[in-house]
Amino acid sequence: MTEYFLLLVSTILVNNFVLVKFLGLCPFMGSSRKLEVATGMALATTFVLTLASASSYLVNTYILVPLEVEFLRTIAFILVIAAVVNFTEMVVHKTSPMLYQVLGMFLPLITTNCAVLGVALLNVQTGYGFFESVLFGFGAALGFSMVMVLFAALRERLAASDVPEIFQGAPIALITAGIMSIAFLGFAGLDKGL
Amino acid sequence: MISAIIALALLAAFFGLVLGFSAIIFKVEASPVVEQIDKLLPQTQCAQCTYAGCRPYAEAIAEGEAEINMCPPGGQQTIQAIADLLDVEALPLAGGEEAQEEPGPILAIIDEQTCIGCTLCIQACPVDAILGAAKQMHTVIAAECTGCELCVEPCPVDCIDMVGVEENIKTWKWPKPVNHINHPLPLGNFELISEKTAGSF
Amino acid sequence: MSESLTRKVTQQVGQNIRKIFSFHGGVKPPHRKSMSLQHDIMQGSIPPKLYLPLAQHLGQAATPAVKVGDKVLKGQLIADLDGPISARIHAPSSGTVVAITKLPIPHPSALTAECIVIETDGNDEWIEHQGAATPQTIAREEIRHYVEQAGIVGLGGAVFPSAVKLDVSPDKKIHTVVINAAECEPYITCDDMLMRERAEEVILGARLIQKALNAKSCLIGIEDNKPEAYQILLKATANYSQDGVQVVQIPAIYPAGGEKQLIKVLTDIEVPTQGLPTDVGIICHNVGTAAAVYRAVYHGEPLISRIITLTGEAVKKPGNYEALFGTPLGFLLDSVEYDPEQVHRLLIGGPMMGFGLTDLRAPLIKSCNCIIAAVNNELDTPPPAMPCIRCGRCAESCPMSLLPQQMYWFSKARDLEKVQDYNIFDCIECGCCSYVCPSNIPLVQYFRYAKSEIWGDESDKQKADLARERHEFQEIRKVRAKAEKAAAAAKRKAALAKKKAAEEKKKALSEAEEAEGNKPESKKTATKENNTAKKNDSDKTESSSAEEDPIKAAMQRVKEKKAQNKPQPKNTDNLTEAQQKQIEEVDARRAKTNESDKEKQEDDANV
Repeated sequence: MTEYFLLLVSTILVNNFVLVKFLGLCPFMGSSRKLEVATGMALATTFVLTLASASSYLVNTYILVPLEVEFLRTIAFILVIAAVVNFTEMVVHKTSPMLYQVLGMFLPLITTNCAVLGVALLNVQTGYGFFESVLFGFGAALGFSMVMVLFAALRERLAASDVPEIFQGAPIALITAGIMSIAFLGFAGLDKGL
Repeated sequence: MISAIIALALLAAFFGLVLGFSAIIFKVEASPVVEQIDKLLPQTQCAQCTYAGCRPYAEAIAEGEAEINMCPPGGQQTIQAIADLLDVEALPLAGGEEAQEEPGPILAIIDEQTCIGCTLCIQACPVDAILGAAKQMHTVIAAECTGCELCVEPCPVDCIDMVGVEENIKTWKWPKPVNHINHPLPLGNFELISEKTAGSF
Repeated sequence: MSESLTRKVTQQVGQNIRKIFSFHGGVKPPHRKSMSLQHDIMQGSIPPKLYLPLAQHLGQAATPAVKVGDKVLKGQLIADLDGPISARIHAPSSGTVVAITKLPIPHPSALTAECIVIETDGNDEWIEHQGAATPQTIAREEIRHYVEQAGIVGLGGAVFPSAVKLDVSPDKKIHTVVINAAECEPYITCDDMLMRERAEEVILGARLIQKALNAKSCLIGIEDNKPEAYQILLKATANYSQDGVQVVQIPAIYPAGGEKQLIKVLTDIEVPTQGLPTDVGIICHNVGTAAAVYRAVYHGEPLISRIITLTGEAVKKPGNYEALFGTPLGFLLDSVEYDPEQVHRLLIGGPMMGFGLTDLRAPLIKSCNCIIAAVNNELDTPPPAMPCIRCGRCAESCPMSLLPQQMYWFSKARDLEKVQDYNIFDCIECGCCSYVCPSNIPLVQYFRYAKSEIWGDESDKQKADLARERHEFQEIRKVRAKAEKAAAAAKRKAALAKKKAAEEKKKALSEAEEAEGNKPESKKTATKENNTAKKNDSDKTESSSAEEDPIKAAMQRVKEKKAQNKPQPKNTDNLTEAQQKQIEEVDARRAKTNESDKEKQEDDANV
């Protein structure tokens, strides 16, 4: 039980995928201008990540390994992720057309989110079982969501503030992200034992 | 080698089937982004964007044929709103210095002494804001006029003028305060603006 | 200021102890009221010309009820209601209407507006007026009628038409009338003097309002910096305690005179966000309004004057004046000997919520309760604003419990959606946040800017929606017109074709008849065929070649039958000349009628 809790702490805080591992920076910068968009993107990515890590684990264990075609891992995972993202797109379109409109182009771009592929490959690398893989994916998604929401809130306040012209927009956002990243270094060592 | 191809092919087939089924199950009617863009446009139907009206321009934007910065009556605000809706970059108003936003609301006014009752302006008005009939006096309904200037051209006796709408206490808006240490006022103008400050103990 | 403050107030004999409460925030600026309390209310003199703006109240401006050149008496109606939220305007003195034109008005925009100009004749002659016959037992509905007739609006500064406030819908039960005697803003003392000198009028007016709304209790809230007025009010209400009338003294914190704040202090009820006091069963009126209601009901006098405080250190004789509406403010200031050289700032209203007076020709209107002529160092403009240091003092002092800091950032960035998320429309623009800001940021100005931008955007959107509707309707109309034109053209074509076919048919038939040789018969049958052909034409508007054959066939059949069963004409063989001529005349006439009928039919088909 403790291992699962520590696994969550590790993926959400200590080894946060965005601020510590520096994966998934594309939607992090692109969808964080408004809080609603960021929340929507976070939810969509959570859905995708959990499904993707589950299905990639299954594909790896029951197709790739038995057939001894591990060299196809990257391609196969990308195929899985693309399919899952497509499926998610359809679900989002049906359940919340507004969110679909709001996310726009960034929804299919989750396919190229290196965090998703990263989670899938890391699962295999670390040799997790099925439940651990799903938990790992879910934890990564939670960490990603938390950082997205925090960053979007900060960016909204930055947009309204007196930022010097040369820093307005992307520069001040990246500086803020850097400072957040330094802050997250403070969590180092929390997951001792893993 | 063969097993690799078979594996990939099977995977692709499986996911293809899954996606195909979900496409049918989760089918959605095309969402009318054209409606949403049209809602943001100012509806002057003036054709300054080179399209026949606001709706055709909205359709062109939705199809990606037109840029979002071609509407002078909408101004930078409309461009920003469309940019936010479509999640694209907000460009500055096209045309540079010439196509700046109009200085204020303008209305068409018909000089009744000169009007000959030819109905050409009535046919030109895109919102039916001109009242009149053949050989009868024509007049612009001020409340309906959008200031698109399409009626000025067709008039054979040139009796239509565009006049600025005077500000009155109902349309007056509070100005944005600029009395800030980073934007020092020229000396002497100090009192003029700060006359309006409240809480000025 | 954030500690909750509850204390029992011991009152004089005859009053119950009433617990009072507190509202969040507020500030305590120096009162500076003693300046204008040195003598009684003075009567302002009648100026040579009176300028009455048509828009002296919230809602629709009034419409003129007089023309240029009309002679008017004091109290005569000169502008009538326009719309559900409007008020009347009456002539403050007798004279002649000399103009109805745009003139400067006291407004922060320094714009002009339509005014009726009356040149006074100095007689100050009243029009015939009479109050209610038995005001003590007047019916509820009549009170409202008198108030509307008198053109009474809220004299606390909001100038909302009071008749509308007395016309509460039956599903909103009012249990308490709050009379606002707080007068919380510094410098202003007009309500104080009104209560000191005319407490009776105020109380009777309050009773009338209570009766009109059928409220159980009537609470008069007065700040504790007005002890004399408090004592006088207590005496005046001594006989009404069983009617639920009670005078309550409240701590002098600005803005305790704000409607929602006063309700909170007196009853601990919070008016919900963007709601009205009627939503919680309370209505609030100013003491000045109550006195005006008294005058309207008991004496039939319309609202033509008000008490205004003229104060500030640039004024030699500061005090309260009862002045007629329409008096130019410069005239009023002259009558208190203000020194134009010394004046550094001229404010209409108080120092917290007032605005600058730029044109001294602007007239006194129903909303002006004070003019401050301040000298140097008395009410100086604040130094330029510095960046916000996010100290949060503004949020601590906001009486509506809003977050001025957040509203400031978003107003500055023109993020109108976010500004509304922070409830900007609950802001009463009291000025507490600007007062406490250490960076001297003019916060209220930002909020006013944001509010007017939001309203402007909304009205633009409405206009755009209307234009779009009209444009879409125009498209539909054009399509419909085109279709109708096409249908009419088709109809015309068909009628023409049918007529042509009928003519050809007729020709063919008549030729066939002539071939048979029976002239009178042929004529008759020809006429008959004309009639049948005509009937067919008029009955069937859409002809088709397929129908023509059965018609032809039927006609053939009828002809044959007729030929068989035709009654032999008996007296047609040996006709006399006269009879022959008669017959010919009749035939000719018939033929002519047939032709004209045919022509008419052609015309009808061509339309």
